[in-house]
Amino acid sequence: MNAGAKQLAGIALFAVLVACVPFVTKSGVTLNFVMMALYATLIAQAWNILGGFGGQFSFGHALFFGTGAYIQAIAQLQGGINAWVALPLAIVGAALVGLFMGALTFRYGLKGSYFALVTLAFAEVFRILALSVDFTGGGVGLMVPLRESVANLQFSSRAGYLWVVLAMVVSALLVTWWLRNGRFGAYLQAVRDNEDAARAVGVNPFRVKLGAIGLSAAFMGAAGAFYVQVFQYIDAGIAYGPAVSIEALVAAIVGGMGTMWGPVLGAVVLHVLSDLTRNLFGELPGINMVIYGTVLVLIVIFVPRGIAGIGLSVRQLWKSKGGRHD
Amino acid sequence: MTDALLAIDGLSRSFGGLKAVQNVSLSVREGSLSALIGPNGAGKTTLFALMSGFLKPDSGTVRFAGEDITGREPHRNAALGMTRTFQIVKPFAAQTVRENIAVGAHLHVRGRAEALQNAEAVALRVGLAPQLDKPASDLTVAGRKRLELARALATKPRLLLLDEVLAGLNPQEIAEMMPVVRGIADSGVTVLMIEHVMQAVMHLAEHVWVLAQGQLIAEGSPAQVTSDDKVVEAYLGHGTAARLRKAASGAAA
Repeated sequence: MNAGAKQLAGIALFAVLVACVPFVTKSGVTLNFVMMALYATLIAQAWNILGGFGGQFSFGHALFFGTGAYIQAIAQLQGGINAWVALPLAIVGAALVGLFMGALTFRYGLKGSYFALVTLAFAEVFRILALSVDFTGGGVGLMVPLRESVANLQFSSRAGYLWVVLAMVVSALLVTWWLRNGRFGAYLQAVRDNEDAARAVGVNPFRVKLGAIGLSAAFMGAAGAFYVQVFQYIDAGIAYGPAVSIEALVAAIVGGMGTMWGPVLGAVVLHVLSDLTRNLFGELPGINMVIYGTVLVLIVIFVPRGIAGIGLSVRQLWKSKGGRHD
Repeated sequence: MTDALLAIDGLSRSFGGLKAVQNVSLSVREGSLSALIGPNGAGKTTLFALMSGFLKPDSGTVRFAGEDITGREPHRNAALGMTRTFQIVKPFAAQTVRENIAVGAHLHVRGRAEALQNAEAVALRVGLAPQLDKPASDLTVAGRKRLELARALATKPRLLLLDEVLAGLNPQEIAEMMPVVRGIADSGVTVLMIEHVMQAVMHLAEHVWVLAQGQLIAEGSPAQVTSDDKVVEAYLGHGTAARLRKAASGAAA
């Protein structure tokens, strides 16, 4: 079995194992934990497509999350559209916003911290707009009425939500598999590692980055739509605030950028940590951000490749130590 | 000339007050192996960047295979068949040698497996086969130069622009690399190289252009240009040619 097939088998195994969780336990706490960890995985993996594989560090992925969330809510409330139909609209809408922002920023060659700042600014502009216009509910936010039925994409148990977000995570994993095993992914990583060298051998960096931001935004939009379905509420702060952006990038960086399983590991580890601290400190506001920050600093110093790269980092440390004794 | 693969005409480019390339015209014959030489800062790399589309000229035209490609983006020029390498090597450090070369191979091959296979064949041609599965960041300078060459070669170019592939190599590595470059030219790829290693220029190039302070000052066979007064003075300073001649005739008499 070659490497590509092994990775696919890994994804299938992951999908089956996680899908079976609701049959093993009926505990609401456990199911909720798995669901939220999957949701965190989804946004981390979405960020990873552009940040990890493409090297474009976005600080404003909330832009796509919020757009997906608002479309999901507004389509149901003002358009009377079924939630299942609203979901693809939310995904496509978020992707279009991603393409729009990508076209603007990449056209003018924005990179590194400049790109990060512009993405942050975009998300903030959308947050302020969402606060000030009527159809987003302004500062009050939007409430999607509770009508629990599968037809409305609202489930009476966490299991239903778990399967929906699992399907989204598996789709994201399949996309990263394709990035690892296809031409587009090879081009994307080439642009990340050295844009000029990629251009010299025939890669159009603008098109490649645009594709990556579109994909990344689409998954972020799916996550936003999922959020609305689970919590039945969205406001400007949740949708476009920096919390989601930070959670997405921290989980991806902690887990391992540009890897398939890194964001999964990162999201799970961070969720375990923030649950633990909640038990220890209670609902101290902002304590999870303090934890995220600390973990991020430790990871960047000691294992820059992230949790998924610990093995490699240790081996290299071992080798360099061994080299000194030679 | 009808058989010119690359023809540039009146090419100029300034950076602020610095005229990096001034009114340069030259044409590269299809199937030839030629060289561009000149002292440091003469504008050689700028000229390469203007040819390959990394920089846009202020004036002048670049024609490749009969088509006007002035100012066209590098990736489109690569698709057309002109690929450059970089003097300061630019490996995709996080990837293996095989994956690095495959990026070049993907220009004409969509499938991943086939691109990786092509990469292996190219690696064999430039002597990188033993290092195929190493990360590019683990290569020595000589290895990286070969990788730079291999990645460009994998795009199946008609014209290869080599920017100092021999710089930074020791004499033995240079001796190993020269037949590789020769082999590429013999396989039908037109090669234009920027080179400081005169031993290589003398042995490899059929035709040499000399650039100094942004202007072409001489061209011809390697033997012709190295005995040209203007070339000697560009490297060694004004009046040197006459002094050298006097010294030589003095020694003879």
